[in-house]
Amino acid sequence: MFLYWEHIWIVGLALLIASVIGVPLGIYITGHDQVATRVLNSATVLMTIPSIALFGLMLPILALFNMGLGKVPAVIALVLYSQLPIIRNTYTAIKNVPPELVDAAKGMGMDRWKLLREVEIPLAIPVIIAGLRTAAVMNIGIAAIAVYIGSGGLGVYIEQGIARVYPEMILSGAILVSLLAIIVDGLMALLERMATPAGIKLQRTLAR
Amino acid sequence: MTGLLIKIYRFLLIVIILVAGVAIERTGLVELLSDPYERQVIVELFWQHLYIVLVSISIATIAGLTVGIVFTRQRFRKYAGVCMYIVGLGQTIPSLAVLALAMSFLGIGLKPAIFALTIYSVLPVARNTLAGITAVPAELIEAGKGMGMPPLRILLEVELPNAMKVILVGFRVALVINIGTAALSYLIGAGGLGDLIFTGISLMQTEKLLAGAIPITLLALVADFLCELLSVALVSKGLRLSD
Repeated sequence: MFLYWEHIWIVGLALLIASVIGVPLGIYITGHDQVATRVLNSATVLMTIPSIALFGLMLPILALFNMGLGKVPAVIALVLYSQLPIIRNTYTAIKNVPPELVDAAKGMGMDRWKLLREVEIPLAIPVIIAGLRTAAVMNIGIAAIAVYIGSGGLGVYIEQGIARVYPEMILSGAILVSLLAIIVDGLMALLERMATPAGIKLQRTLAR
Repeated sequence: MTGLLIKIYRFLLIVIILVAGVAIERTGLVELLSDPYERQVIVELFWQHLYIVLVSISIATIAGLTVGIVFTRQRFRKYAGVCMYIVGLGQTIPSLAVLALAMSFLGIGLKPAIFALTIYSVLPVARNTLAGITAVPAELIEAGKGMGMPPLRILLEVELPNAMKVILVGFRVALVINIGTAALSYLIGAGGLGDLIFTGISLMQTEKLLAGAIPITLLALVADFLCELLSVALVSKGLRLSD
């Protein structure tokens, strides 16, 4: 049970930090196309780096601050991996806000900040949460690997199970991690539905 | 403002490369690489890694395409949703767990690793093949039928070329995940570059760790780039134009 909370804690913390960095960055780059391609490309490259290799690459760097092993590198790696889905979804969501709505808001005399807060973000929020959902499910899997750099979490069962060739232990670890991923996926889907503004929901039902 | 940001970005990239270079020299990676015996070991592990990846990805691509194509045929179409759901569920299972489970059934060595990687890479390929073929506009298929094409020719000349872009994205995801997960296959005794990483972590030998981590990263990046080239070569001109 303790390992369960540890796992959730690592993933949750990473997700929180990642969204604090990713969402503003995603909003910022909607206005700057050149920066946008670079940011998105960098995030893609980060995503391409295999997780265990990323842990390996970070280890000597963080070892300088005496934090090479443990939870810190795990959380940093998870934050880096979450950037691509979060930034990309925020970016596309805000880009896809119908231009006539933006024009209407401008016509009503909204400034940039108000436009963002009252028109763009409410319309984009379901897609942004979908990005968070992808990131969360992915992170739960990667956090299981992070056990090899000593972060703890449910990966411990799998690691110990492999080391002792004890299939029941591996199985319980694997099932618990998968279950966690599926539950989180479901919860985020619910959140996604809740965050969709009533007007958009109505529009969708009418379209059907 | 934007110009300045891009300049800062370029500057940061150069600084990162320089710092990384100095750091690598200091950890003794260069020294490790100049030792002929160690170099031979690394090269051997690299080929082993590549072998695992290539075998599993080729089987997975064939299997994934087959699943995707079968479930989009008229007769099985009603099961496509169920298949999609199962595949989505499968993707939430962490890669480490899949490897560990394969080990508990098949024992240790190369075979369970390739088996696990194959299973794990089938999912994105199958999912994207399904999604890609389902998204082909119905009027195109109608047009094909109207021209008197038999179902096989519709598949080969209408459905697959139109879905190719999405399928290749799936292939790319599968390949990159596969390369990363193959590093974990050391844990179930299949060797590969993960050997160096895990040994490096447990012995705190940074040079060994980097000798494993850097080639894997490069391998993944190169594979990603090759997939991009492949999509330029395979996606038909008309579709690329419409983007």
